[in-house]
Amino acid sequence: MLDNLKILFHQGKQYIPDVTRAEVPGIFRGRPVISSVKVNETELAEICPTNAISANPVCIDLGKCTFCGECAFAFPDKIKFTTDYKIATNERNRLTIKEGIDGPVELNPELIKWEISEYFSSSLKLRQVSAGGDNSCELELNACGNVNFDMGRFGIEFVASPRHADGIVITGPITENMAQPLQICYDAIPEPKIIILAGTDAISGGIFEGSLAVNRSFLSRYKIDLYVPGNPVHPLTFINGILELIRKRK
Amino acid sequence: MNYTSVRNNDTIPVNSIPELDYPGFLELNVSTLMKGAGSHCVNYFGFPHADKIKLICCIASDDHHLINISSSIVDTKQPLFSFSKHNLVFEKFEREIHENFGVLYRDHPWLKPVRFPFNRFNKGTTIADYPFFKIESEELHEVGVGPIHAGIIEPGHFRFICNGEQILHLEIQLGYQHRGIEQLFLEKKKLLQRITLAENIAGDSVAAHTVAFVNLWESLCNYQPGRHLQLARTVALELERIAIHTGDLSAICTDVAYQLGSSVYGRLRTPLINFFQKWCGNRLAKGLIRPGKNNYPFTNELLSELTNLLNEYEKDFEEISEELFSLPSALARFEKTGVITTEQATMIGTVGMSARMSGIKRDIRYSHPHDLYPELLHQPVIRNNGDVHARARLRKKEINQSIEYLRELTREPGQVKNRLDVLANPAPQSFTISLVEGWRGEICHCAITDENGEMLCYKIKDPSFHNWLGLALAVRNNEISDFPVCNKSFDLSYCGHDL
Repeated sequence: MLDNLKILFHQGKQYIPDVTRAEVPGIFRGRPVISSVKVNETELAEICPTNAISANPVCIDLGKCTFCGECAFAFPDKIKFTTDYKIATNERNRLTIKEGIDGPVELNPELIKWEISEYFSSSLKLRQVSAGGDNSCELELNACGNVNFDMGRFGIEFVASPRHADGIVITGPITENMAQPLQICYDAIPEPKIIILAGTDAISGGIFEGSLAVNRSFLSRYKIDLYVPGNPVHPLTFINGILELIRKRK
Repeated sequence: MNYTSVRNNDTIPVNSIPELDYPGFLELNVSTLMKGAGSHCVNYFGFPHADKIKLICCIASDDHHLINISSSIVDTKQPLFSFSKHNLVFEKFEREIHENFGVLYRDHPWLKPVRFPFNRFNKGTTIADYPFFKIESEELHEVGVGPIHAGIIEPGHFRFICNGEQILHLEIQLGYQHRGIEQLFLEKKKLLQRITLAENIAGDSVAAHTVAFVNLWESLCNYQPGRHLQLARTVALELERIAIHTGDLSAICTDVAYQLGSSVYGRLRTPLINFFQKWCGNRLAKGLIRPGKNNYPFTNELLSELTNLLNEYEKDFEEISEELFSLPSALARFEKTGVITTEQATMIGTVGMSARMSGIKRDIRYSHPHDLYPELLHQPVIRNNGDVHARARLRKKEINQSIEYLRELTREPGQVKNRLDVLANPAPQSFTISLVEGWRGEICHCAITDENGEMLCYKIKDPSFHNWLGLALAVRNNEISDFPVCNKSFDLSYCGHDL
């Protein structure tokens, strides 16, 4: 017992006091900023492994971006990745970062369902479904609940049963073999319920876009309440995205 | 010679691999090459060859540090005698060959589907039609778990046959994570796309799978990586091992309801993966390993930071480990739970940690060293009991060993070289094999190019391919309530298996 208390004492303070203002250590590839410098745009777009970069004007779609940073290495004057991790939003086209615009990625309050702020603002239970996820987003979603990030302090938790959940968090490009289990799980969640896509693979298919082993028809049937980009999603991106979603009102 | 011997990461002309008739191929591989304790099959696969199937079998000889390769061309319409009849380690490879190409076997124990890939031979059945083993009994009951599990974890279906609380049999059905990665390696032709694919095979083994890919690719392009690249790769592999082992110890504590251990190991992992972020901007090392270059050199500042980090980590790690491994309530759950004997492990051919905890000396870092491992003169940590305790203890010892390796590797400041080298095109009509010891075990990537140097076949084998059966055997005669801690102590990959 005394040993356990000693160990407890030796850990010091581990939690991040304010997750909305925490700084990520070292380099981090968060929201990119695209300058107006003229470059060979075809060459630039050609670098991207997932066709996330489009030309004229140069735009980066964070829903497709794998955050590998190769474009910023090749064209350092054109593209810079900032450490801004607040890149989650509820409107798909807000994930597209345009040339010359250096503003935060925000949620569109008009698109937030009224039930979310009404029912979920201080308690949100989520069921996670990995549908072809590579276990990187899953590791980071687990980390959201650890002693450092401690998402539970906001009443946001992952639960085991869809019957106890208020929404579903999908990771992975949604494989053909997971299409049916995903649908069954979603159907088992009582109304009202939300859908969150976590990670580039879930939002656009990522590097698996075009694979015949992937079946994304589930997504065309429902409205998505939150897109959380990242490869994998950073716990701070996820937590801040959800806090915005449940706290913002029309 | 009816086979050819190569070293890890050698590239050879594909036509230098001897082609045998099938009976000779079977005889050679099951009788000659698999003889001796240090031999094991690192990959056995097929690919379309005109209207037939070409089979390539790669048997590693650990004692001679060689991989012996042979091949055979077979007709899918002619039923074959199986390797599995002689040696069970081939069982899953043959199921995969059957599933992908419809090759028939006369005497395979049970040609069950492996992962229901999108390009399987028989599209008449889907993943919902998996043929489970069944027992007709009034007294037994079945417990089905998954594909979606209770935690934040990948999908797979577990079907238990239980007698009361006791597990008689467990069958594990996988394939839910199948994303068609091997086919995408052929279709996505940009190098950056391929390395991105390698990063996404298994997100908990990013360093291991990317090192396997870049070593293979550089060998195909006849490029010799400089010391600074090899140093970064070796450091990344060992750091990944420490980070994931620490996270697993946390999860093992969770499953025996030791909350303090779970929290302490959990928070000890954070600075390790944050170090990856400081180094390359990604907590799981995505973006770090690239063929022929290093976007994020391992600078002297990083080096001294790592030294401090390890010193800090070690203190707290030793403290909690000492407590955990002397805690009667934890030990009671660990010891003699989920046992795999040496005989069982040998029979089914487990690899990596799952082999070493059952007394098998199987470790690529020692038998087929790559990058800077030849300098480290690695000797694998071995445990003999094959239980949860052995798996937890092995992790603790491997973490200590990896910390020593990192200290040794970072003793002298590295030369910092930035991105520069341009790679040639891959050699045409070549075969390359790359083996890496990830934290979970041996990873094998094989590539074959056509006459234009385009990728003709890309074959990946994750350690989980062998080890899932180990978990299924380990839980027999255990209480079903011990399944979570058994499962977590193996910590196998779903996506690495399903590809």
